[in-house]
Amino acid sequence: MLGYVYRRILYMIPTVFLVSIVTFIIIQLPPGDYLDTLAAELSDSGGLDSGTLEALRDQYGLGQPMYVQYWKWITGILFHGDFGLSFEKNLPVNDLIWDRLGWTFAISLLTLLFIWAVALPIGIYSAVRKYSVGDYAATFFGFIGLAVPNFLLALVMMYVAFKYFGQSVGGLVSPEYIDAPWTWDKIVDLLKHIWMPIVVVGTSGAAALIRIMRANLLDELYRPYVVTARAKGMSEFQLLMRYPVRVALNPFISTIGWILPTLVSGEIIVAVVMNLPTTGPMLLRALLVQDMYLAGSLILIVSLLTVLGTLISDLLLAWIDPRIRYQ
Amino acid sequence: MPLIQMPTDPLVEIRDLQTHFFTDDGVVKAVDGVDLDVHANRTLCILGESGCGKSIMARSILRIVDAPGRIVNGSITYRNAGGETIDLAKARHGSRALRAIRGQDIAMIFQEPMSSLGPIQKIGKQITETILSHRPMSKAEAKETAIEMLDRVGIPKPAERFEAYAFELSGGMRQRAMIAMALSCQPRLLIADEPTTALDVTTQAQILDLIAELKDEFQMGVMLITHDLGVVAEVAEDVAVMYMGKVVETGDVYSIFENPQHPYTKALLASVPRMGAKRQRRLPAIRGMVPHPLARPSGCTFRTRCDHFMPGICDVAEPPMIATGDSRAACFLHTEVAQDG
Repeated sequence: MLGYVYRRILYMIPTVFLVSIVTFIIIQLPPGDYLDTLAAELSDSGGLDSGTLEALRDQYGLGQPMYVQYWKWITGILFHGDFGLSFEKNLPVNDLIWDRLGWTFAISLLTLLFIWAVALPIGIYSAVRKYSVGDYAATFFGFIGLAVPNFLLALVMMYVAFKYFGQSVGGLVSPEYIDAPWTWDKIVDLLKHIWMPIVVVGTSGAAALIRIMRANLLDELYRPYVVTARAKGMSEFQLLMRYPVRVALNPFISTIGWILPTLVSGEIIVAVVMNLPTTGPMLLRALLVQDMYLAGSLILIVSLLTVLGTLISDLLLAWIDPRIRYQ
Repeated sequence: MPLIQMPTDPLVEIRDLQTHFFTDDGVVKAVDGVDLDVHANRTLCILGESGCGKSIMARSILRIVDAPGRIVNGSITYRNAGGETIDLAKARHGSRALRAIRGQDIAMIFQEPMSSLGPIQKIGKQITETILSHRPMSKAEAKETAIEMLDRVGIPKPAERFEAYAFELSGGMRQRAMIAMALSCQPRLLIADEPTTALDVTTQAQILDLIAELKDEFQMGVMLITHDLGVVAEVAEDVAVMYMGKVVETGDVYSIFENPQHPYTKALLASVPRMGAKRQRRLPAIRGMVPHPLARPSGCTFRTRCDHFMPGICDVAEPPMIATGDSRAACFLHTEVAQDG
């Protein structure tokens, strides 16, 4: 088991390295750089002369070849924990992103828990009571959850919450708490807000997982080992949980791997719509103005989180399934 | 000794059992009116081709027939150690009474030990689970009992195997572990559903010997389901031959092998290759095919393949079970009707 863990962690290193290169290439792909955007924005109000532009380009190192820029950026991160400078804000990236990353991470994690909490019981119910009214209802809502775009769901829920429940919507806390220190009231207020993005972002994932759980469990429910367990005199609930559900759980856990990136990227539009202080809106803005180090750092860190998520799901899988562990 | 003169009350008395499957294409009568007695300390072999309903009949006893199968008629009377009887056919699905009998009074082992054991649960855990559902024991005591049981069924290094998974064991070891699990609560009846079909011949013999040995040790009844006449000859004391959901002949193993009464039993026995038999002769086979379960012949179900088919008799009514020779058979050849006609 330990060997397996080490091996998996070692495999992560080249993956992350490749991700960093691809990230850097992608943020360099659009023609021009931040200074072109800046020049275009300022051209209405007189503009910058070409001398100033050249000086700035020199200062930011934007004239150098891509691999030199990459080298500076990646060594800065590796050896100094320095993610570079945000051109637009004129602040170190480090000062800008961690708060937002924290929220993104927190919302993704809570969303994952929400998805599990919803999908597991409903998926089990759907499989055990196949073709019952409840199963059809779950299927119906499942497909609606899959089909409705997140941002639309966000708009509808915000409207309903505002119009009929008089709740303040948008953001993670009410306006009066935004700069307030953390108090019990603020936490309560946070909980009143945070469920909405969680539900919005999690709905499609939960719908997909319900279908997966149902299909997996249906595959297992009529296996001979279930009959054996029944013949031993176990109660239906006991044997259901200990045997088929336990086996059907495997794909459920491996979904962490693919569900994390969809959560993070699915969250971007929702975060813009709901005005959440997460990385989504910041990344979008950074990409628009070609604030390359900010955008690159965000993409890199989110990718790293995804790779970590996959690692965690693989380790969990090895932990619950001896057949994987003993390979 | 014929079955009818058995001195003690039978452990399980099956009367007119009918288990039908309600499929979209129609009702499949997998078990269609079976009468059978299972006795303590005796081995009863249920012999029949694939699809004759022997497995479903056995599963009906424990009420573990999967949907869309259902017991539609008949009774399965189980007599417990205290002499009280319970009709398993009428017991509510998943009821406490039924669950108390499963695994404790009547245990079952299955054909494919690999797929019949949980794939990602430790062998030991699966055994202690059985013990703990029926016995007031601590986990440590259950573990001790389980290891003793693994040792008893001939698994080397039982304490290590306790921690093993099914995929780490060989086929024979898996079946031994299955047997250990089934016998962990010392059941009064062991139902073995083709326990050796998935095993090689050497292992088969070992497993059959083990079952026979444990039967004597625990004084339990054994119901062994098989399509293998060799297995029957080796372990059976009583035999019931099934064809298309019905028992066509029952008797003790000697009468069945030496003096079979039903044409189907005779045909089955004739189709076994014999050592030293004349060469250059085709092995006799039962002609035709088993009829489709949705197109059961009227009257006697075997008449379409029977060499003694009597038009106007066999296709009109179902033959009753009557005592003939040393056994009981359901065939008009042995009834008054046939002799009159």
